[in-house]
Amino acid sequence: MFAKIHYYLKSFLFLELLKGMSVTGRYFFRRKVTVQYPEEKTPISPRFRGLHALRRYANGEERCIACKLCEAVCPALAITIESEQREDGTRRTTRYDIDLFKCIYCGFCEEACPVDSIVETNIFEYHFENRGENIMTKEKLLEIGDRYEAQLAADRSADAPYR
Amino acid sequence: MDLANDLWNWLHEYVQFTIYSGVKALSILLPLFIVVAYYTYAERKVIGYMQIRKGPNRVGPKGLFQPFADMFKLMFKEIIIPTNSNRYLFIIAPVITFAPAMAAWAVIPFDDGLVFSNINAGLLYILAMTSVGVYGVIIAGWASNSKYALLGAMRSAAQIVAYEIAMGFALVGVLMVGGSLNLGDIVNKQAGGIGHWFFIPLLPLFFVYLISGVAETNRAPFDVAEGESEIVAGFHVEYSGMTFAVFFLAEYANMILIAMLCSLMFFGGWLSPVPDLVGDGIGWLFGKTAVFMLLFLWFRATFPRYRYDQIMRLGWKVLLPVTILWLVVEGIAVYFKIGPWFV
Amino acid sequence: MIETVIFYVFAVSTVITATAVVTVRNPVHAALFLVLTFFTSAIIWLSLEAEFLAISLVLVYVGAVMVLFIFVVMMLDINVARLREGFVRYLPLGLLVAAIMLGLMLSVVTSDVFVLDLASEPVPKPADYSNTKALGGVLYTEYVFAFEIAAVILLVAIIAAISLTMRKRSQTKYQNPTEQIRVRKADRLRVVKMPSEDK
Repeated sequence: MFAKIHYYLKSFLFLELLKGMSVTGRYFFRRKVTVQYPEEKTPISPRFRGLHALRRYANGEERCIACKLCEAVCPALAITIESEQREDGTRRTTRYDIDLFKCIYCGFCEEACPVDSIVETNIFEYHFENRGENIMTKEKLLEIGDRYEAQLAADRSADAPYR
Repeated sequence: MDLANDLWNWLHEYVQFTIYSGVKALSILLPLFIVVAYYTYAERKVIGYMQIRKGPNRVGPKGLFQPFADMFKLMFKEIIIPTNSNRYLFIIAPVITFAPAMAAWAVIPFDDGLVFSNINAGLLYILAMTSVGVYGVIIAGWASNSKYALLGAMRSAAQIVAYEIAMGFALVGVLMVGGSLNLGDIVNKQAGGIGHWFFIPLLPLFFVYLISGVAETNRAPFDVAEGESEIVAGFHVEYSGMTFAVFFLAEYANMILIAMLCSLMFFGGWLSPVPDLVGDGIGWLFGKTAVFMLLFLWFRATFPRYRYDQIMRLGWKVLLPVTILWLVVEGIAVYFKIGPWFV
Repeated sequence: MIETVIFYVFAVSTVITATAVVTVRNPVHAALFLVLTFFTSAIIWLSLEAEFLAISLVLVYVGAVMVLFIFVVMMLDINVARLREGFVRYLPLGLLVAAIMLGLMLSVVTSDVFVLDLASEPVPKPADYSNTKALGGVLYTEYVFAFEIAAVILLVAIIAAISLTMRKRSQTKYQNPTEQIRVRKADRLRVVKMPSEDK
């Protein structure tokens, strides 16, 4: 009996509705959390997985030894590698393609790489204008690596204690 | 000046009347369009703020030109007519929704005597016009030749018919106190300060009216006709560009209409709450209307959508009995001439 | 002058749309034409200064009755070819009914009751004349019994319709929103307090 009266009072006095509206009303005056994207950016973790890059050693030698571990681990089959023996007897890639349409940015390639060659940078603002540009060739990857080497090295050393 | 005067007098009486009425109608509709445009902006801003976002702020200072950007986008988009749709009805449906939504404004008084058409059965006329608006929805749903559109039209038609009855009964309460179907007379009957306004004796009817008003305009939390999670966008899935914009315009014009009717019938319209301190004026009406318009947005930001059978239950089994009960109470009050209202 | 023009424009469109109601193939179109017929006749009533009746016609018939009609018609999948099968067989009967109706109507129209001279042109009323008030006054004084009997008949019809269609089917499971929204946490959930167990 009491429960019924309580129920009717609650629904006909709109108590629950007013409670809800007071919540949204209070939030109206809260500080807004919107990030004005092109002008403001959220901080990026050193573990951020963006566009790929191939790194080099300090002496300019490319790190990749064409072990094909990344190709094997890639769940989206986005990586294609062909390799040959170089004149000095080491094994190097002749082709290292990443199809960015297939890539799911899981970071497994980076985890699998024994020489820290293939890495994912924190670049996430990029686009393609023509068909075929989605294929990141070895040259393009190496160029990205060269250009962002300082950032890449800093990110890796920041994350090193946790690995 | 004389030339213009002569030219005016040279025109036939009927032509003069047509031009005169056309100018009067435009002077209501053009501000209405601007208010609708900025109402959409206000909606996005208010809901954004309630969700701790900033809302549109890119086009112009503080995003103030956003409505125009939206308008131009919609104007230049292609109007796609689905194959196997009923072409003629498909095009005419938005017009059928739009025309009554605009026509209803003809009897709205903005100040004492400031009304396009001062007809005696004004309240009834508004009810009739808002009920005609359903046809646009039904025809749009049927002519689109789409399952989602048809389902949306069905939902909305059943919902509007159900809530119209509760709404009509709530208005019967208003005209019992007001003693007239003319909106101007109803407002003037409330003269004498906040204590004389009708929302005090008619509080349950006011709430019924407000809830049915939200349901009539297919707004959240009663927007199952759109129900984007289950039927995409309801009756206007197939509409694009300007045809969609016309539906949009009609919906917002109806919301403003309901808000204005609330302030006219229950909150004394242009009358000041304390006539001894501040005079009456059109500003009061707009202020009160703005509060109710904000309420519409606040509802949308707060309440989750009703389930369809619960909407029907609310309309038929809760709101309708409440109104009928209150009409009996009001009848007794009228008989015994209670308070400052029933004299 | 303009009143005459308005009358003829809308009278002609009433006749055309009314004819279209029975001639168009598509039932939805027929229903929509009926809506248009109501509209045009409402305008003719308006020109007779019967604003209350005109607006009620729009409100009740257009706004409520026809919506339900269209509602049903839209859901039906009507096969026009099958509908026309018995056309020739029922033609004599149909013609007979039509002839009887025509005769009745003619006898009414040509009788002394409906002579044009008897019904004078409506006199323009003063601006504060309220059609609604006059109608209410007449309904609740002169015709109060007829009015209330009509109301009771309608009530009986509503109750009859509900009692005919409402039946509880034992197999079907119904949701009861009243009960559903009244459910509290305590009705469904039992929080058990117990000490943590050793492995």
